[in-house]
Amino acid sequence: MQTVLQNLIYGIQLGSIYALIALGYTMVYGVLRLINFAHGEVYMVGAFVGYYVCTEGVGGVRLPFQDLTAHPEAAGQNVALAIVALILTMAICALLGVIIERFAYRPLRNGLKNGDAHFWGLAFALPVPLKFAPSFLSLQGLTLWIVSGIVFGFLLRPVMKAMARRIVLSSSRLNALITAIGVSLLLQNGGLKVFGANPKFVPNIVPEKSLDLPFGLQIQTNSIVIFLVALVLMGILRYIVLYTQRGKAMRAISHDIEAAKLMGIDTDRIISFTFALGASLAGAAGFLVAVMTHIKITPNFGVLPGLKAFVAAVLGGAGNIPGAVVGGLTMGIAENQVSGIQSLQSYKDAVAFVILILILLLRPAGLFGKSVPEKV
Amino acid sequence: MKRRNFLYQAAVLGLAAATMGGSVGCKDKSAENTTSNGTGGTTSSDSGARGNKVTGDAILVGEFASLTGSTATFGTATHNGIQLAIDQANAAGGINGKLIKLITYDDRSKAEEATTVVTKLVTSDKVIAVLGEVASTRSIAGAVVCQSNQVPMITPSSTNPAVTQKGDYIFRVCFTDDFQAAVVGQFAKDQGYKNVGTLVDIKNDYSVGFAKVFSEQFKKGGGTITGEQTYQEGDQDFKAQLNALKANAPDAILVPGYYSEVGTIARQALEVGLKVPLIGGDGWDSPELIKGAGTALEGAFFGDHNFSAKSTDPAVKKFVDDFKAKHNTEPDALAALGYDAAGLLIAAMKNAKELDGTGIRDALAELKDFAGVTGKISIDALRNARKSAVIMKVTGATFDIFKTYTPEQVGL
Amino acid sequence: MGFWLKRIIGLLGIFGVLYGTSFLLYDNIQEYVFKIIVLCGIYMILAVSLNLINGITGQFSIGHAGFYAVGAYAASAWSMLILPRLTFSDTFLKVGTLSGDVLNMIVSLLFAGLCAGIMGLVVGLPSLRLRGDYLAIVTLGFGEVIRIVILNIDELGGARGLSGIPNVLQSGGIKHLPFFWTYLIVILVILVSRNLLSSVRGLTFLAVREDEIAADAMGVNTTKVKVTAFVIGAIFAGMAGAIFAPLNLVITPDTFNMDTSIIITTMVVLGGTGSITGSVLAAAFLTAMPEVLRGMQEYRLIIFSTLLIVVMLTRPQGLFGKKEIGWHSFSRRKKRAVTLGGTA
Repeated sequence: MQTVLQNLIYGIQLGSIYALIALGYTMVYGVLRLINFAHGEVYMVGAFVGYYVCTEGVGGVRLPFQDLTAHPEAAGQNVALAIVALILTMAICALLGVIIERFAYRPLRNGLKNGDAHFWGLAFALPVPLKFAPSFLSLQGLTLWIVSGIVFGFLLRPVMKAMARRIVLSSSRLNALITAIGVSLLLQNGGLKVFGANPKFVPNIVPEKSLDLPFGLQIQTNSIVIFLVALVLMGILRYIVLYTQRGKAMRAISHDIEAAKLMGIDTDRIISFTFALGASLAGAAGFLVAVMTHIKITPNFGVLPGLKAFVAAVLGGAGNIPGAVVGGLTMGIAENQVSGIQSLQSYKDAVAFVILILILLLRPAGLFGKSVPEKV
Repeated sequence: MKRRNFLYQAAVLGLAAATMGGSVGCKDKSAENTTSNGTGGTTSSDSGARGNKVTGDAILVGEFASLTGSTATFGTATHNGIQLAIDQANAAGGINGKLIKLITYDDRSKAEEATTVVTKLVTSDKVIAVLGEVASTRSIAGAVVCQSNQVPMITPSSTNPAVTQKGDYIFRVCFTDDFQAAVVGQFAKDQGYKNVGTLVDIKNDYSVGFAKVFSEQFKKGGGTITGEQTYQEGDQDFKAQLNALKANAPDAILVPGYYSEVGTIARQALEVGLKVPLIGGDGWDSPELIKGAGTALEGAFFGDHNFSAKSTDPAVKKFVDDFKAKHNTEPDALAALGYDAAGLLIAAMKNAKELDGTGIRDALAELKDFAGVTGKISIDALRNARKSAVIMKVTGATFDIFKTYTPEQVGL
Repeated sequence: MGFWLKRIIGLLGIFGVLYGTSFLLYDNIQEYVFKIIVLCGIYMILAVSLNLINGITGQFSIGHAGFYAVGAYAASAWSMLILPRLTFSDTFLKVGTLSGDVLNMIVSLLFAGLCAGIMGLVVGLPSLRLRGDYLAIVTLGFGEVIRIVILNIDELGGARGLSGIPNVLQSGGIKHLPFFWTYLIVILVILVSRNLLSSVRGLTFLAVREDEIAADAMGVNTTKVKVTAFVIGAIFAGMAGAIFAPLNLVITPDTFNMDTSIIITTMVVLGGTGSITGSVLAAAFLTAMPEVLRGMQEYRLIIFSTLLIVVMLTRPQGLFGKKEIGWHSFSRRKKRAVTLGGTA
């Protein structure tokens, strides 16, 4: 029994992370009916950004974190810096989300523009600084990348025009799904080259203690922090969605995008906003995982949590925000309970998929979703 | 209508091709080509083929290593050691005047890549011998290919016994886990641990084999294994398993995995309140070990190869200095083993009667008392090296030799 | 000529071409290149079999590696676990002899196909009710579940993989036979797909793709069609696995993970979902290119994924769309709408 309760505590920590990521999935699905496969990679980028911001810094710029074992009095300062780092990470990831939407998903809705060719030139140009500059994350590296990206863009424009001659402006969700898979792969492998394949670890930045609870249970301050931060962020999100103009626009779009357009809502802008929100939450999740749990960070470590968070979103009802939270917590708890059972330990990743299959077969709308009959 | 035409045309073409093929005399060729046996090459090949020869001005030696991926530090360290040995041999004139050229491929820490790159080395680049790998699973994958092509392979640091069992062309310069894990088991008993729990990486031949031998030795000394939990390389959360192990109040936990997970496991062990020492094997040996653990691994022990950069042995000191001059950092056990593996190969190439696959293989099998920087290496009948092992202790941000064990001390 | 006589001659003809090619090929190129060509063939089988599900029936499946895995492990289980326990295995089924290996290869192909086909049934039946991206995710999930289950079966080597697989592909030690076996199945899967399409029954598959509800209203048994597509696709993927296992001599569950599924899907999409020719060419290209560009190894997947995105943005119907290259492309007759899959 004690094991079950203890695993429950770990499950809630894991579930908070899944919930944060799941929120991004569910919001994007609600607005666009698109499964943003690349969302797990935004989480991964959040973790890496968190790592770099808290340790090495970029291009010589770094936040002045103190080593707590040597200077225990710097705890307060470190905590303040950590909050700054968190906000920074969230901002960068929000930007990433907007970029992904603008250049990979919007062309599917609105058609390909010239500017898009330049962006994809940038993607193709990724290998250039990696080969010719000492390090990607340096001044020469970045300038080389941008310059070669623009050049590639000019080369790419006629190619894309030629290919698009018989363009199918397809609103097909499958095309978007495949594109999303492509973006996911690109981020993973791009990350592999930019960050390197060596696993990274964030050292202890904020004070960490172990607290004893009744019934012989234990909880780490880290777990409490993760849970509280997740709660605060979800609260902010709820406020935005329910009480602001933009949030109302988001809800309108998720009900009926055509009607929303007719009501004068700039759907493109609101969709970008949605992506930014979701991505910032995923980035926060990545930051928390990297800095609070100190697990090893690699460029493909976002794939599996991304999938599990997606299952969480589906479990709660795709498009349903409280559902995503409940789904995330459920997934985390379920996974930890299963790994507590020795004979089932190596099946713990399968738990997510089994839940997915069951939900989609038995109640595709999810726990909180509405069953919408398909109109012919 | 379309289908009938298709079949007619195919029939005519086919008969023509078959006649052509048959007339070239396939029978003789296929007789010559029956060198691979149906069981995937687990025993020695008995054909007349003798592996690859030296063609051209350079002696081509192949290497496959995990230069990127989850065990990147292993591959990089080994590669640096190998390259140093080869550069030194070339500076001293090479083999009979011919210089050695090292062709290295990255297997990205994946077993299927290992098979592909070793196939490329052996059949396309036609290297005369192959060096690699660190991870036993990948060494096994490469060994299968090398054996069926009569190309000798030396693994610098794979310790799972199954590697050299793949055939008589496969050698190693380190000890096997039959020995290493027994040493750690004996050490556990000597430290006074009575109950030990194990946390094994089931994705890893090395980890699984290690735990098995450890348990046997530890139980022989009167100890008890109180719990056996598993994880997979790449997992991020071990608290459930550690919690389960904690329930049986062990004196220590055996974690025979790779450095990339051990650090996190150590942290999470403290988080679940499991405040006992962790013990492990040479898979821990990496400069990244402490980064992942912070202070959680303080006072932990692990088995390792008998190499210390602080040794006063003149040969070892020279190696350390040369390595430091080139790479700005001290070599670890893996770099030293890479150096010795290449050194062994070079010695064998000098002794070989004929410079081809079989010739080198014969020379390797007879090599005794090769003076390596990881100790005196003699290749035994099973093509493994007989050497002593050490127990390292983690203190602060480094680890160093705590105790040494010889094969006799564990009954081997 | 008689109905069957024509077909038997055709069959022998195909055998002859294959054998002759494999023989000439092996003697004139390096073993490494030979292996890549065989690997291309395996991916062709995988791509065309997936095309049957995705392109021709319009069901979006991205868990194909699961069937591939089942086939590979089934074939290995046959030659490593089941065969040694049979009493007559030492006579005409003896591994290492020409006749023994050929028979073993045939049995393992059939066994792998059978197991994979059953798995196709298991995956296809529950997935019937789902459409579009939900179906895609469920198939992905099934693919992963299959992989994780195999991971946990110790007799199949578990997480460390299965090594020492008998090389029945090089039947009797004849080194050029892998090409023969592989491309035999390639031709088989292409023929099955083509014949399915140009038959009356094939039209029902296309109907389900174009508009499932309309097809249902027209009396097409959509359930049967969809399940059949899954099963046939799975059978051939299983056969591909049965060839891969003895080719590689070692298999690990990691080889059959999500990345592999996505690569196969990419081949189908890039070639043109619905075009058999497209799948074949895309499979060959995407298998061979990374090896040719091995110097650019680290950038391979970056280029790959960027290519995928750009193609999806500019030409989502893929290279060939729904068109095929066949004998009709070379005829000088007036170009009617000879496409096998409807309009491009």
